[in-house]
Amino acid sequence: MFSIEPSRRNANGAGGEAGSEMSEVVLQQATASSVATDRARILVRLALVDRIFRELTRGAAIAVLVILGGVILSLVYGSWPAMKAFGFGFLVSQAWNPVTDNFGALPAIYGTILTSVIAMLIAIPVGLGIAVFLTELCPHVFRRPIGTAIELLAGIPSIIYGIWGLFVLAPFLQSHVQPALIAAFGDIPLFSTLFAGPPYGIGILTAGFILAIMVLPFVASISRDVFETVPPVLKEAASGIGCTTWEVMRYVVMPYTRVGVIGGVMLGLGRALGETMAVTFVIGNAHKISGSLLAPGTTISATIANEFTEAVGDLYTSALIELGLILFVITFFVLAIARYMLMRIEQKAA
Amino acid sequence: MNAAVQAPKEPPTKVSVSGLDFYYGADRSLKNISMPLHTNKVTAFIGPSGCGKSTLLRVLNRMYDLYPGQRAEGEVLLDGENILDPAIDLNALRARVGMIFQKPTPFPMSIYENIAFGIRLYEKLPRADLDARVEAALRGAALWDEVKDKLHASGLGLSGGQQQRLCIARSVAVQPEVILFDEPCSALDPISTAKVEELIDELTNRYTIAIVTHNMQQAVRVSDYTAFMYLGELIEFGETDDVFNKPKEKRTLDYITGRFG
Repeated sequence: MFSIEPSRRNANGAGGEAGSEMSEVVLQQATASSVATDRARILVRLALVDRIFRELTRGAAIAVLVILGGVILSLVYGSWPAMKAFGFGFLVSQAWNPVTDNFGALPAIYGTILTSVIAMLIAIPVGLGIAVFLTELCPHVFRRPIGTAIELLAGIPSIIYGIWGLFVLAPFLQSHVQPALIAAFGDIPLFSTLFAGPPYGIGILTAGFILAIMVLPFVASISRDVFETVPPVLKEAASGIGCTTWEVMRYVVMPYTRVGVIGGVMLGLGRALGETMAVTFVIGNAHKISGSLLAPGTTISATIANEFTEAVGDLYTSALIELGLILFVITFFVLAIARYMLMRIEQKAA
Repeated sequence: MNAAVQAPKEPPTKVSVSGLDFYYGADRSLKNISMPLHTNKVTAFIGPSGCGKSTLLRVLNRMYDLYPGQRAEGEVLLDGENILDPAIDLNALRARVGMIFQKPTPFPMSIYENIAFGIRLYEKLPRADLDARVEAALRGAALWDEVKDKLHASGLGLSGGQQQRLCIARSVAVQPEVILFDEPCSALDPISTAKVEELIDELTNRYTIAIVTHNMQQAVRVSDYTAFMYLGELIEFGETDDVFNKPKEKRTLDYITGRFG
């Protein structure tokens, strides 16, 4: 390139100036080549740094997959004896007898799902209410304190929720709330079964309450964050045709932020399904399915936490590991369904 | 101001602003504004950025009320009723005074629902009547022929110009008396702009219109009256022809000839 340039100029007949131009070009050429070698060296070094960087990040990404695969493999491996012994019957059996080595997962699955459903039934409306209040109605001075308080709620260790649930919430429910529920619904069919006495204090309902309090911060703070992403002009437009605050939220903000809100709810649900410590404290740890929400029950994680240390015999341990595998599969499907729903909604919106 | 008072052929006044001051916190951003909006006429607000024209527009439907720390003092009469009165029903006011924004703001729902939504807020109509109202609104916004086959597709799938006309249709559907346009064409291409301007022209038969614009030619094309604002003050108000052809104030002349702003 450098050699063609001056010769073409000469050929074009640049006249008397051709000579001086020529020497200038040669000079440029010399400095240019030394710059070029410097630059080449630097480029080599940069390319190396770039490659190390790429390998490091790729390694980190692969590590996640390896760990995930390792967890699945060891769960399957550990639960193999139980799978062989009970087959699919494990999923539908209510038995839990360490003495005769007869185990079934149904009470734990039932308790896990029911407590999570109760938790979400309470946490979703309350959490959305908090988020709406914080973004639309709360006086500005209180926004930060209330928002921070909610985030702190998420930071409280679950063992503290457990202690509080056992020593404060459960006695309170036992003496005040549960007798009232039993009295109120005692004569109504279906409800009389759901709220059949006696009021133990601890049980499925109490565990659901505790879980609701624990997932509330997730639902509330994520909903608040996504509500804040709604362009102010969209809310103004809705107000501009005469919508009330409720109508703006219901018909404009909610549809606009549906994806994010569902994400927050799913995150909360994931936590509720897997939560161990607090639930173990207040659920009663009884391996049976009872029609009443006031009766003690158990969840998968509570069973594992309670019994792993005292599990003697390979089959007992293996049954507990299989419970873990089931929880893994449930949470996996919850997340997969959530992803799928989000994808569907995004496609519809696009 | 001056031009508004002298003429005997003065049309009736829909909105009358007098002695209006506006504050963002401690900042006084509108200073003693007094001017009319004449019934079934288009009034353009022009002036450099930050002169307060959008603020003035947002006073006319109390949109500023959504935000704490913003307040207006003075008097704004809509058909003789002071809309700055704290006791006034804001939802009813905003149904009477519609607003179109700089960027199109279709709601996250179907084209049909975007229109029907506003109607349903105030009226319980049988399905057939609602359909008719939606069609009328879309025809009114010159959008019907383009969307009649996809009424139930998302409003977000329309082009920018179509979205803006959808917003105009939505505003018209709730049968307002005044429509405020806040730079409605600044995000649109020239063809869409022409369509929106044509639409504004048709709308004056039924509505009183105020439009904020940075585009001088647009003000000349669409408006009957023009208000020139500068640094929160109303410098000149009059018939558009007068303001652009023989402005009384030197600052107006400088602005419309592009010497500043």
